[in-house]
Amino acid sequence: MKPTTNIDIQKIREDFPVLHQKVYNKKLVYFDNGATTQKPQSVIDKINELHSFTNSSIHRGVHYLSGLMTEEYEAAREKVRSFINAKEKSEIIFSSGTTASINMIAFSFGEKYISEGDEIIISEMEHHSNIVPWQLLCERKKAVLKIIPFDENGELIISEFKKLISDKTKLISVTHTSNTLGTVNPVKEIINIAHKINIPVLLDGAQAIQHEKIDVQELDVDFYVFSGHKIYGPTGTGILYGKQKWLEEMPPWQGGGDMVDKVSFTKTTFNSLPFKFEAGTPNYIGAIGLAKALDYVENIGVEKIKSYEKELLNYSTRELNKIDGLKILGHSKDKISVQSFIIESIHPYDMGMILDKLGVAVRTGSHCAQPVMDHFGIDGSLRASMVFYNSFEEIDILIDGIKKAQSMLK
Amino acid sequence: MSINELQEQIIAEFSVFDDWMDRYNYLIELGGELPGIDPKFRTDEFLINGCQSKVWLNAEYKNGIITYTADSDAIIVKGIVALLVRVLNKQKASEIMNIDLYFIDKIGLKENLSPTRSNGLLSMVKQMKLYALAYHSKYEGNKIN
Repeated sequence: MKPTTNIDIQKIREDFPVLHQKVYNKKLVYFDNGATTQKPQSVIDKINELHSFTNSSIHRGVHYLSGLMTEEYEAAREKVRSFINAKEKSEIIFSSGTTASINMIAFSFGEKYISEGDEIIISEMEHHSNIVPWQLLCERKKAVLKIIPFDENGELIISEFKKLISDKTKLISVTHTSNTLGTVNPVKEIINIAHKINIPVLLDGAQAIQHEKIDVQELDVDFYVFSGHKIYGPTGTGILYGKQKWLEEMPPWQGGGDMVDKVSFTKTTFNSLPFKFEAGTPNYIGAIGLAKALDYVENIGVEKIKSYEKELLNYSTRELNKIDGLKILGHSKDKISVQSFIIESIHPYDMGMILDKLGVAVRTGSHCAQPVMDHFGIDGSLRASMVFYNSFEEIDILIDGIKKAQSMLK
Repeated sequence: MSINELQEQIIAEFSVFDDWMDRYNYLIELGGELPGIDPKFRTDEFLINGCQSKVWLNAEYKNGIITYTADSDAIIVKGIVALLVRVLNKQKASEIMNIDLYFIDKIGLKENLSPTRSNGLLSMVKQMKLYALAYHSKYEGNKIN
């Protein structure tokens, strides 16, 4: 029996044109939402409209269109501010995505506050984009990277985290939600522990922002970053939220137009926040598209999305567990609708190739989180990541597909 | 048989299949039949890392002829590996290095050798040709074909 739901799934699916197609003559089942989400028609229309009628470079034009575009861009910033409940609009920096946001902090914060022997704490379940920028920083500054381990359920071991903290710790950067295990980390607790000794915390929200309400003031988080394309917005958009006190102190990390106040060959002074961190012509149409996507999510309701996705998680957990030899990776108490799994004596890539031919799009491999694969002693897994436009029937198609592939690969 | 005769033979074999399932079932069968590579070659040195699946390849040269052995950890990929070995094994280095492997496209497996798949197969074909080129220039460099 399928769970009952308070969401009109058919009506929602109509908003996403990509979902209504066949691949290899099979109905497309899109379960690769952890990699990127599809876009509702309202976002597509908005981008199309801007390119067709309004396009003009922002912040520096004297003319009509530039004024219009600048207004919409700044309204998009305000939209993001209210969506994550930041205190100030100037705390919202537009970037090209989570990766760019983290690198920006690693360079700028790193330049100002990190010196030889200092320590930065991340976790074992990070995406590569929250590992490599810190490794590069540690190499530049001769600093040390420390890793919070996770347990057999895929939950961070907080007692170990506490042991890692020292008077040399300068920053803690952890993922809010794991892209592989689906674990929602106890970020409030982590922040409280860190703040007791005045250590700032950066949260990678790439896999959290689309699944639950984020309130940066309530979290009291110092930096929060996410990507637009994972919350139904355009690719190449992202956000860096930072508390004003940090952003004001931190030096700009890229130089160029728009981020300057006065430029001369003897001295250049920088523009105020948030423009100090937005050098060059930004992806303003993308940013406005992202704001439109946030409107869409708000109209449906983040809480409604969360409770429906919980149903998808529970249903898929139950059905996947019925399959012989299948093992789900990650059993945290608080988990998003992401299922990573391996199947006894079947290579994930073989399984993925057959599912692909059945119209089911999943991810195979290490999911850019090789340390997580190392933890389990495997090379890779399959990942089905579901969101609110997915249905229970689609989970059935996945399950049937896995069984079919199993019979072929035996 | 020449390389092109072998390519034609494989195209004929695949022509009886109606759909992808038949093709994949056949590849799974071929993958199962291909003897694994000697464990001493199943090392990083002989690994063609595709990130999604692993392929190991070794090539040996004797009297102008190249002998390939290969393996993969994924069975469908191994089936495709078996086809590539079947076509190029025991052929002349001078022929392998410039060969057009048109059978891949003809039997509907082109997508599996696309650079976007990162399964190691495209790199394997390149590596097979590279071995042929390297042995050819090492041992046959002064010969005119």
